[in-house]
Amino acid sequence: MGLLTKARVKSPWLLHFCSSSCNGCDIEILACLTPYYDVERFGILHMGNPKHADILLVTGPANRRNYKVLQNLYAQMPDPKVVVAVGTCACTGGVFHNCYNIMGGIDKVIPVDVYVPGCAARPEAIIDGVVLALKKLRGELEE
Amino acid sequence: MNGTNGLLVLAVLIGVPLLGGFLRGVDRKLTARLQGRIGPPIWQPFYDFLKLMGKKTLISSRATLAWACGYLALTLLATVLFFLGQDLLAVVLILGFGGACLALGAYSVRSPYAHLGANRELLQMFAYEPVLLLTAVAIFLKTGSFQVASVFRQEGALIHSLWPTFLAVLAALTIKMRKSPFDIAASEHAHQELVRGVYTEYSGKSLALIELAHWYELVLLLGLVFLFWARPWWAGLLLAVFSFFLEILIDNILARLRWRTMLYFTWVEGMGLALANIVYLNLIRGLL
Repeated sequence: MGLLTKARVKSPWLLHFCSSSCNGCDIEILACLTPYYDVERFGILHMGNPKHADILLVTGPANRRNYKVLQNLYAQMPDPKVVVAVGTCACTGGVFHNCYNIMGGIDKVIPVDVYVPGCAARPEAIIDGVVLALKKLRGELEE
Repeated sequence: MNGTNGLLVLAVLIGVPLLGGFLRGVDRKLTARLQGRIGPPIWQPFYDFLKLMGKKTLISSRATLAWACGYLALTLLATVLFFLGQDLLAVVLILGFGGACLALGAYSVRSPYAHLGANRELLQMFAYEPVLLLTAVAIFLKTGSFQVASVFRQEGALIHSLWPTFLAVLAALTIKMRKSPFDIAASEHAHQELVRGVYTEYSGKSLALIELAHWYELVLLLGLVFLFWARPWWAGLLLAVFSFFLEILIDNILARLRWRTMLYFTWVEGMGLALANIVYLNLIRGLL
């Protein structure tokens, strides 16, 4: 593994976007930052700025009202980047799947790399998902 | 420039960022420990820097990258001048213009978040810059020269007669190290205020250059603290290390304050102490 790849894997900065989720998964994401889980020990920082982020965490299904915001945020993130869909709704639409305003999982709108199922997804599962995303980032770079 | 100076410049260019990055790592680790977390590895800032250098360039305005380079170049110049024992007044002014570059870079993009952050950055400079200038004046009054090297020719430590100025410098250090309660331009812990405040429009390489400049700046400021107890040198080193840990502690036990409180604190208390110190020094000189 090259030094640059190692640095990328060691310093993933997250951007968290709530796309019409019920807030259950958002609270679990915030739980990851608390001293109990402390994701900063892996170098993970929770950024508010897409231009600084490497990993996009999306909770909730894609909806017709704000899918453009999600696409815009995705476009603003500089490469290399990965997307993690957190929770059943982000993966498939979940309980909202047949609502009139819902388009389905967020993979209908932007390319998704890792799916983390669960309602709500547990903090351990979210950390696992991010680790998987990092593996994908490393694999892509070594190809 | 002779050979020794050339070697010294090379040592500063390579050694200072290594030391600065290491100190930032210690800072993050200690902060995490104070908050009951495990915290990132000590080498985390270097990983962050490398990663940012490796990101694809995403430019919202070409001027941002130019101003980021300007910020780095001027901070570097100030650091090199300082460690060569040159004019302290020039070091402070160059450092000030470097800080302004950061704000100007944020102004060169039409982004309201960056503009708000830049306004606050300029406000911070407005608060600490007079304190640093008065410090240079106080050191001049004590040693009879603005040259950094003259401090080392001085008998005894400056802090014995300049301790009020030193307290003022500690307040300026809190702002310059971007620590709570005065980290109003871009909150360093939350990473989210005003999107990212003055750093909002910097990304990838330009953000990495700014991070590098922060490392130089940190070591330069600790160097300034060192001057207050330059003889014997180990006392100065202890003083610098003590100030560094004090800033981390202050950062973690205090909430953030509004800009009015910052201005009041630095202008009334900080400048008041430094000015009283200068007046007193002149008084003594007049009487003797």
